[in-house]
Amino acid sequence: MLSTVLAADPGTGVYGSLSSIGYGLAAIGPGIGVGIVFAAYIQATARQPESAGLTRPYLFMGFALSEALALFGLVLAFVFSGTGASL
Amino acid sequence: MSLQLAPVADVPWPPSVDEFFPPGVGGSVWITKFTIMVWIAVALIILFFVLTQRNPKIVPTKAQWIGESMYGFVRNGIAKEVIGHEGPRFAPYLTTLFVFISFLNIFAIIPGFQISPSSHIAFPIILALLSYVIYWYQGAKKHGFWSYIKTSIVLPAPWWVQPILLPIELAQILIIRPVTLAVRLFANLFAGHLILLVFTLGGFVLLGTGNIGLAAVGVVSWGMALVMTLFEAGVALLQAYVFVLLTASYVQSSLADEH
Repeated sequence: MLSTVLAADPGTGVYGSLSSIGYGLAAIGPGIGVGIVFAAYIQATARQPESAGLTRPYLFMGFALSEALALFGLVLAFVFSGTGASL
Repeated sequence: MSLQLAPVADVPWPPSVDEFFPPGVGGSVWITKFTIMVWIAVALIILFFVLTQRNPKIVPTKAQWIGESMYGFVRNGIAKEVIGHEGPRFAPYLTTLFVFISFLNIFAIIPGFQISPSSHIAFPIILALLSYVIYWYQGAKKHGFWSYIKTSIVLPAPWWVQPILLPIELAQILIIRPVTLAVRLFANLFAGHLILLVFTLGGFVLLGTGNIGLAAVGVVSWGMALVMTLFEAGVALLQAYVFVLLTASYVQSSLADEH
């Protein structure tokens, strides 16, 4: 319940798990990576429009490979979001 | 103004991982919402292809054309493009995979189901294992088991890089490829479902506060839920495409002679 969660720490209003911050950090690299992948594809297509079909599989492959890193972060954020001290 | 939000009794907030473990149907632990959705998907795919392709015409009917263009898309766009002249051999498997994953993923946004079996790690793991076995088998058949491993992990690089490169390349074909294949599909659908939950349930919670400003934000949140539903449709098909594309590229690298 929202009310009980908000009441968890009346002093600071801070609650939740540090793993969410970890996920935010983990998303930086893949974010840059996905940006580079698409930028390179747009540039390649603008310079040589006939190569659009040729490079499209590699676009999705590169996109998927870098995106996977962010998703690992997301999954690990849930794995380690428990409140217990032990892993 | 104090942040004294009124509790909304029926809304499970914040959304948690428990959402992904629905209770068994009829007291059984083996039959859940997910297994039923997989059965529906399999039944629909078999029915569709048997009915439309059983009696093919030279001038295709509309349904036959849909089936053929799905097969043609995977055969020409993925199998031939990525694997090369040996590609059509794998087109039936790749097409089945593509259609099956698309059906599983699209359950994420179909009203009444609203969750995809792929957002449960068990289903992507089995699909990834299938692809794993196939690319190992194809590599071992083409090169022989040990020389397949040798051609896969020994890259043309200076000798002093090899101590780092060899373990990485070995881990690549042993662990990293199947794990990323499974986790990518799982995590995309998992994240998509959570995003939808956050926006829809968040809308309920904000409306339940009784504060007119927060209630307006709640309505905006529902609007976002609609937008994200459309986005999820795109992600569902894209992830099916990516899964099949990567499977094809792994098979290609198993069949490749050398780097």
